Amino acid sequence: MHEKYVLQLEGIRKAYGENVVLDDVSLRVKPGEIHALLGENGAGKSTLMNILFGMRVIHDTGGYDGVVKISGEEVKFTAPTDALAAGIGMVHQEFMLIPGFTITENIKLGREDTAPTVASRIFGKSLERLDREKMDGDARRSLDSIGMGIEEHVRVAGLPVGYMQFVEIAREIDKLGIKLLVFDEPTAVLTEGEATQLLEVMNTITQKGIAIIFITHRLSEVMDAAHNMTVLRDGELVGTKPIAETNLAEIAEMMVGRSIENLGIAADGEESDAPIAISVRDLHVDMPGERVRGVSFDVREGEIFGIGGMAGQGKVGIANGISGLFSAEGSVTAFGQPLNLSRLGEALEHGIAFVSEDRRGVGLLLDESIAYNIMFRVMTTQREFLSRFGPIKLLNRRKMQQHADDMIKLLDIRCRSGRQKVGTLSGGNQQKVCLASALTAKPKLLIVSEPTRGIDIGAKELILNYLTKLREEEGLTVIMISSELGELRSLCDRIAIVADGKIVNILPPNATDAEYGLAMSAVSAEEAGKVVQS
Amino acid sequence: MSQMTAKNEPSTFVKNVKRLVNDFGLPRLIILTLFILLFVMAGIYDMNLPSFFGDVLRRWGMWGILVLAMVPGIQSGIGPNFGVTVGIVGGLVGAVLSINMNHAGVFDFVTNPALHTIVLALVAIAIGLALAIPMGILYGMLLNRVKGSEMAVSVYVGFSVVNLFNILWATFPVTASILILPATGRGLRQMVNLRDDFGGAFDEPLRFAIGDMTIRPGLLIVFFLACFLMYLFTRSRLGMMMSAAGSNPSYARASGINVEKMRVLGTTISTALGAVGIIIYAQSFGFLQLYLAPLMMGFTVVASVLLGGATVRRARVFDVLLGAFLFNGILTIALPLANTMLPDVPGVPEMLRLIITYGIVLYALSKVKGGR
Repeated sequence: MHEKYVLQLEGIRKAYGENVVLDDVSLRVKPGEIHALLGENGAGKSTLMNILFGMRVIHDTGGYDGVVKISGEEVKFTAPTDALAAGIGMVHQEFMLIPGFTITENIKLGREDTAPTVASRIFGKSLERLDREKMDGDARRSLDSIGMGIEEHVRVAGLPVGYMQFVEIAREIDKLGIKLLVFDEPTAVLTEGEATQLLEVMNTITQKGIAIIFITHRLSEVMDAAHNMTVLRDGELVGTKPIAETNLAEIAEMMVGRSIENLGIAADGEESDAPIAISVRDLHVDMPGERVRGVSFDVREGEIFGIGGMAGQGKVGIANGISGLFSAEGSVTAFGQPLNLSRLGEALEHGIAFVSEDRRGVGLLLDESIAYNIMFRVMTTQREFLSRFGPIKLLNRRKMQQHADDMIKLLDIRCRSGRQKVGTLSGGNQQKVCLASALTAKPKLLIVSEPTRGIDIGAKELILNYLTKLREEEGLTVIMISSELGELRSLCDRIAIVADGKIVNILPPNATDAEYGLAMSAVSAEEAGKVVQS
Repeated sequence: MSQMTAKNEPSTFVKNVKRLVNDFGLPRLIILTLFILLFVMAGIYDMNLPSFFGDVLRRWGMWGILVLAMVPGIQSGIGPNFGVTVGIVGGLVGAVLSINMNHAGVFDFVTNPALHTIVLALVAIAIGLALAIPMGILYGMLLNRVKGSEMAVSVYVGFSVVNLFNILWATFPVTASILILPATGRGLRQMVNLRDDFGGAFDEPLRFAIGDMTIRPGLLIVFFLACFLMYLFTRSRLGMMMSAAGSNPSYARASGINVEKMRVLGTTISTALGAVGIIIYAQSFGFLQLYLAPLMMGFTVVASVLLGGATVRRARVFDVLLGAFLFNGILTIALPLANTMLPDVPGVPEMLRLIITYGIVLYALSKVKGGR
């Protein structure tokens, strides 16, 4: 008899040590269904999929609680190969293809069809030759079934990105007995046309009775393609609903939810009429994984301007482009003067200090002392902390130490002394050193990227409070980039939400959860307006 | 309470020893122990310790500037500069030209003999620098194109340059007979005696002896002065920028520093110091060694600085002082000691030298963390 569900996850709970990342999550998928799995970064989607695939990281950290059933039978996978044998496949976000191999070879990799030869009769199966005709035939069938006309003997190297995605899919459906396919952000790297085509392919696949779990952040795609959807938030199940019975606004609200309860909301989002501090026009930044595809915005003096959005959507790229760390195009005008984006140190010289999200990589010299780190950038760009020694100028250690002591007191950096190496400090204190270094330059505009990532609550509060204080007392303009929407809403005057490398909408902090959710899912302001009104 | 501390004592002791080993570095510790052991043995065998010590000091100054050449290379991020031989051959050309000019009577106007040798040495250094600096810039630009494998490339650059200059030595058009290979009448000799030229230019002035121990303050002053200037450079804005470019290129870039330029700067200074270093080496040694003599010098100086506690990513002037001293100390004492202890086995000190050199380089390479 036919089972009702191809996959049942019941009451899944997973904790890493004390930290519960999934709590009582259930998910049921019927054959031939496209089931969207939604949630912000860190909501628990990946952990759930790791459990489903029996990834080692789950078992190495003490396994999970709850039941996984495939076609009604309870299973407990301990390795990804078990999951594959049970008919579960995955289409990866990063392509797992060998560029030098042909499409057929990639589709059949590890599962090649072979035919006996003279040598194999004597020495065993490993010397059989490849049955290329059969392999090509199978590959052709798989490609045809997803409506891809490309020839199967073409090499993968040099194919357009979209095609690689389809080769991956063809490989998965070529596997015998495949019941369930997981698509992890499949449209993230595709063009609009390719994405539409992919959604059609997904539909074709499900008509064969194969179920699909569709992980994405683009809600419009969910509305177009999925039958049901499940939303996770902070490791908890928010709800499961048929798509027909819900709408964009509701889904968006479910995703963003009450994540700001305890922080409160800063301002009313009115744009002040102060002079413009920085004006960005059509900025493109070529930062791998955080590509920016044309953003424009103005920030006024004395404002705290937030930039939010999901990871990998380009919000971090904006800051790195302005500060000249990654090659950028477009025009940036700071305090009335145009910035030459291709020149290193240009931003610093125009009074723009940048606190990077990559503290240990870009932000600090880990082998040097706190004092050295704090003064270094000002020393190189503004030639301070140097004193004349005969014909040359040398580092003035006394001045450096004094300044460091002031900063340590001001920012409450927990350390033995200014001579301690930065590498031995905790994340929060390292962040304070980064901030101290940026402030030493006496910037007119401070760009902080992910200022609270990976640091403890105490340090987080101190840093956020200090940013507010700086604005109020010194009139400093701040651009704050963060993945934590709650943080942005508690601090900023206006918040730009970035998706797919573009600013979708600039919202006041008191906008509704639905508005934020929609913006983060790349639903533009006009569309969102329609949805919210209806 | 007292019981608890008593219990904890051994573990804290072990911890302290471990920390000491960590701070000081295992290879340094082993070599230092070996050095002391050799000294004690030399004493037991009733050998002339003061005389040895004088020799150690001399070799310290001889090799010092060549070892110092490692510091700017490592600080700028190209790693230990095995290709310091690029600078060395530049210095050798300077020396050859200076000798040739001397025998043509160009420097006859300097009549004071001590001053005469110094002028000759300085001219050799000046010509050496004039050659080494552009070569260093080119070499640095090459190293910028092979990021990640600078060490392997620098080894082969060193080898290639030494052999390339062999052609030059064999065809060098000089007139001074002291330089020319007598057998063929053209091309340079393998070894040129510097007695009539700049031999001892910095060794001889102020030289004095305490018993059997000869001290050459001139040589050491030159070495220490070079170290002091290098130290000052590391405290200057440019020096700090160069060091940041080496230790964290992304950080440097975010500070508005052109990392590529800094690497070229570090390579050039290193190469230039190679040119200066070989003149100091030759004047103390008394002979100018051409052809394949400089081939493995890169390895010796790399081993010395690593022995002093430098790593392939971090080097200080102090590492140079300590490393050059230990390395040469061991060799100076091991030679006569081995002859006394094992009179029938030839070549023990040479073996020891190679074992230490390659062992240390190997140890340092095994410590290189993957990735950048």
